[in-house]
Amino acid sequence: MNVRLLLFLILWPFAAAAQGFGGLGTDAEGFSDPEPGRVFSFPADHGAHPDYRIEWWYLTANLDAPDGSQYGLQWTLFRFALAPDLPLGDERQIWMGHAAVTTPQAHLSTERFARGGTGQAGVQAAPFSAWIDDWEMTGPDFDRMRLRASAPDFAYDMTLVAEGPLVFHGQDGYSVKSGDGQASYYYSQPFFRIEGELVLPDGEVALEGHAWLDREWSSQPLSDDQDGWDWFSLVFDDGARLMGFRLRGETDFTAASWIAPDGSLTAYPDGAFAVEPLEEVRVAGRDVPVGWRVTLEDQGVDIRVDAVRQDAWMDVTVPYWEGPVSFEGSHSGRGYLEMTGYE
Amino acid sequence: MIPTILRGFVGHWRRNPLQLFTVLAGLALATALWSGVQAINAEARASYDGAARTLDQGLFDRLDDPSGASIPFDTFVALRRAGWLVSPVIETEVAGVTVLGIDPLTAPAGLAPATGPQGDAPQVIPPERGVVWGAEATVGAVAAALDPTPETVILPEAAPGTVLTDLRLAQRIMGRGDVVGSLILLPDQPLGRPPLDEVAPGLRLTRAAGETDVAQLTDSFHLNLTAFGFLSFAVGLFIVNGAIGLTFEQRRGMVRTMRALGVPLGRLVAALAVELVLIALVAGGIGVALGYLIAAALLPDVAATLRGLYGAEVGGAVSLRPEWWISGLGIALAGTAAASGAALWRIARMPILASARPRAWSMASGRGLRLQWAAGLALLAGAGALALWGEGLAAGFGLLGAMLIGAALLLPGIIDLVLAIGLGRAEPGLRQWFWADTRQQVPGLSLALMALLLAMAANVGVSTMVSSFRLTFVGFLDQRLASELYVRTDSPGQAAAFTDFAEGRARAILPLMSVDETVAGLPSEVYGARDDATYRENWALLAETGAAWDELGRGAGVLVNEQLARRAGLALGDAVDVGPAQGLPILGVYGDYGNPIGQVIMGEALFRSLWPEVEPLNFGIRLPPAEVPDFVAEARESLDLPEQAFVDQASIKALSLSVFDRTFTVTGALNVLTLAVAGFAILMSLLTLAALRVPQLAPVWALGVGRRVIGRIELARAVLLAALTTLAALPLGLALAWALLAVVNVEAFGWRLPMYLFPLDYLRLGALALLASVLAALWPARRLSRTPPAELLKVFSNER
Repeated sequence: MNVRLLLFLILWPFAAAAQGFGGLGTDAEGFSDPEPGRVFSFPADHGAHPDYRIEWWYLTANLDAPDGSQYGLQWTLFRFALAPDLPLGDERQIWMGHAAVTTPQAHLSTERFARGGTGQAGVQAAPFSAWIDDWEMTGPDFDRMRLRASAPDFAYDMTLVAEGPLVFHGQDGYSVKSGDGQASYYYSQPFFRIEGELVLPDGEVALEGHAWLDREWSSQPLSDDQDGWDWFSLVFDDGARLMGFRLRGETDFTAASWIAPDGSLTAYPDGAFAVEPLEEVRVAGRDVPVGWRVTLEDQGVDIRVDAVRQDAWMDVTVPYWEGPVSFEGSHSGRGYLEMTGYE
Repeated sequence: MIPTILRGFVGHWRRNPLQLFTVLAGLALATALWSGVQAINAEARASYDGAARTLDQGLFDRLDDPSGASIPFDTFVALRRAGWLVSPVIETEVAGVTVLGIDPLTAPAGLAPATGPQGDAPQVIPPERGVVWGAEATVGAVAAALDPTPETVILPEAAPGTVLTDLRLAQRIMGRGDVVGSLILLPDQPLGRPPLDEVAPGLRLTRAAGETDVAQLTDSFHLNLTAFGFLSFAVGLFIVNGAIGLTFEQRRGMVRTMRALGVPLGRLVAALAVELVLIALVAGGIGVALGYLIAAALLPDVAATLRGLYGAEVGGAVSLRPEWWISGLGIALAGTAAASGAALWRIARMPILASARPRAWSMASGRGLRLQWAAGLALLAGAGALALWGEGLAAGFGLLGAMLIGAALLLPGIIDLVLAIGLGRAEPGLRQWFWADTRQQVPGLSLALMALLLAMAANVGVSTMVSSFRLTFVGFLDQRLASELYVRTDSPGQAAAFTDFAEGRARAILPLMSVDETVAGLPSEVYGARDDATYRENWALLAETGAAWDELGRGAGVLVNEQLARRAGLALGDAVDVGPAQGLPILGVYGDYGNPIGQVIMGEALFRSLWPEVEPLNFGIRLPPAEVPDFVAEARESLDLPEQAFVDQASIKALSLSVFDRTFTVTGALNVLTLAVAGFAILMSLLTLAALRVPQLAPVWALGVGRRVIGRIELARAVLLAALTTLAALPLGLALAWALLAVVNVEAFGWRLPMYLFPLDYLRLGALALLASVLAALWPARRLSRTPPAELLKVFSNER
């Protein structure tokens, strides 16, 4: 079977409506909607929220090899509900995993799919476990976890240790995504220390670095007219972090979180954070910006961000660009960039 | 000016409607045969390209339970969790349609045809209604038989007789709980997964079938049809050549007159070319339509043939595709060009004041005949070389082609030789004139005779092959279906209950046990056979080491099928490793017709010791045929077995034979058509000659031989030539059959068929050919015998 097309069929409310990237802008009647003022409850909220249509556990990491070369790593688990009011164990709760590594030679990516309720994939809040097939992010709690994934051309086995608190974006975790009020619940653990082993067909590499885990769930996170985003998670050399995104639509919408080294977060509304593409390359038949000017005036940030590998294309059913970046200017450091909706 | 010239030509056709008919009919028949065969080929190919994509689970490595039991769904989850990329497949049947349940989320690319987004996504995965994908007819039938009715999505390219659905719906249909039939292994497995034995110890891994897949076998069938198509077209071309030659010959006078009236030669040739193109288009159009009818009439049988031979499903309907029109008209135009080039050239070279007397058909000069001999002999030598050293299917068909064309080229020379001998022995006078005049006509008739030769030879060859196949196949069915009753059980417990029940009631219970193994590097099935008289009495071995069945019963060796023996180069006494057993000697080789893969038979005790986990679930039961109904009724009552669990031998045999009997109707029907075309060629050629021969016959008439006698002599001449051709066709046909059975079949299928001769069939065929030629000669002979004396006299007054 052409699995892509069949999956396209299954994900059709998301993918075929041509509204927003991956169907994230489609109407969400029957599903729960995020409301401001939610009181998060842990560990329960690390688990799944089946009454919301879409949800993800999204980890990216910038890593170094003993020889000084830079690597990137991604591990993501998505949940999509095909219909409202489905319990977590329903088979129409679809799970999708994406894994990738960026090595000095290549960007490698792969994906997995599973139906819910069979044990092939799922998430459990405590002790924490998120898995699909043999991929897993699992540990006694959310601060200490083992992270594994495998593909025909790579496999990794890493440990994660949190060295700072969880941070909550927007209004205490209620993150607005458009002028029309579309929003999601969004918190992160941007302070993971990560180390472990990457297996490649020609050998093994010991890696260490820092990782950033995003948790987000919603039912209609994008507005109708929004067709993609540019999403930055940047780690400054002095220990501060910056999360900023631009949602592209009839008018662009931006938001950002400035995270001090101690974890205190300053949220910035639409317009404070600005990005400007400086350099485009042709990747997978599309023009994708891989060099950016990024500014957050209030924090004196004016930097040029460049992709470590320009070909960090996620060649999966719903494809996008996701890869490690480095930056210089008013500040320097490394981070991750995700770009969706470039046709 | 060209329209004016064309009006002149139309006048000619109006005076000679029969000639117009023959030209059109000849071209149309040739095109029809060609495009009919192409249509069948294209349709069948399109059908099972889809089928191969959907169904060819043979493309993938597969895990299943060696005992044939189903696999718990949890085993699938455990394998996935361990890092093995597997995808579950479950197969059941609804309304006679195979329902293939898959997991769309993990199914590998290539298991099923691509589809775009249609329908309502939540429906795809039950518990809601579910969706079935498939060809229009099949999805409808399946959906109608299910409650609640699932949504249907039409996949035009899907395999006929199969629909796809989510495995949950398939499981619900089967009502057997959360199990799957087998697990497909995706081609690209991730790094660092544990050994399979640790995760799923009970499962058996079967490698992808590789080169023995259905596609390759069906390819050979198509190759066969294509070769037949070419042969048909070649026969057709002979006719077209004759017809075109005739029209040009007859209009030489008109052409000369037109040129004398001032029509430039270039315009004239252009007008002739335009006319030919029009004729080719009209005849080609008729031919394509006829070909479509042929294809539509034969396609159900082609479908049956493929299903019978290979188990491949082909849709039974043919649709008129634009490419057939294009290829059919193209071939008609090309054929016309090939057939008319020489004639046009001759017209272009004709001196303006040349006599309008129709030139007698180009008399084969001694040199031309010698060239033909040389070319024919060279082709036959090439055929011989291919037979000795050629390898592969292409060489097999090359051998066929070289042999047929070589023989056709030699035919006029051989007939000439025979006639020369006849002439030498004939008494002077009318008899001598008969032989000499017949000899003189051979060049003019040679194209028609070659067509007859090829048609006859194809007929003899193909019917020999089909009949040999049938004899062998029936014997094979008798072997394989020796038991009166077959019983299928679902579980070891049910099997035990059944054997307890049958013990004492049946004369013998033959458990049927098999595993899939790789033997001598080839995917094969291994069977365990109980030492029973049934096998000794019914199984004829192609080769054996004496007392093979006794040895087999003692576990002292194995029997292998011919396919395995040929492909792996195994001979009697060679040792093979079968599963865990090393170096088992081969006791015998048996014919296993129609089976694409290797097979090994060993004694029951040895089989059970090698694969103790395999529990026989299927049984052959020996008991008097009259007792079968009671036995089945009792067994169903006391064991709660469904009706489908019992198959009586008679019904399997009848089914197999009916499939087989339809199997070669395609070839048979094409045979009849080809012979008809050849008969038409003779009629045409004789008609042509009849008109041209008046000047040659007039002197004979003037010498006092009556017109009736001349007519009878003409008839006798046609019969003599047809008889000589028939005689030549017999050895050629037998050589063709030999090449089909011993070369092409071995290359395509991996087994050689014993060749049987059917003298009565050949006699009947010969009689048919003679009858066809008599019928064809009757009308021209009658016309000659009725030629008014005035016409004959004119020969002397006008022409000389």
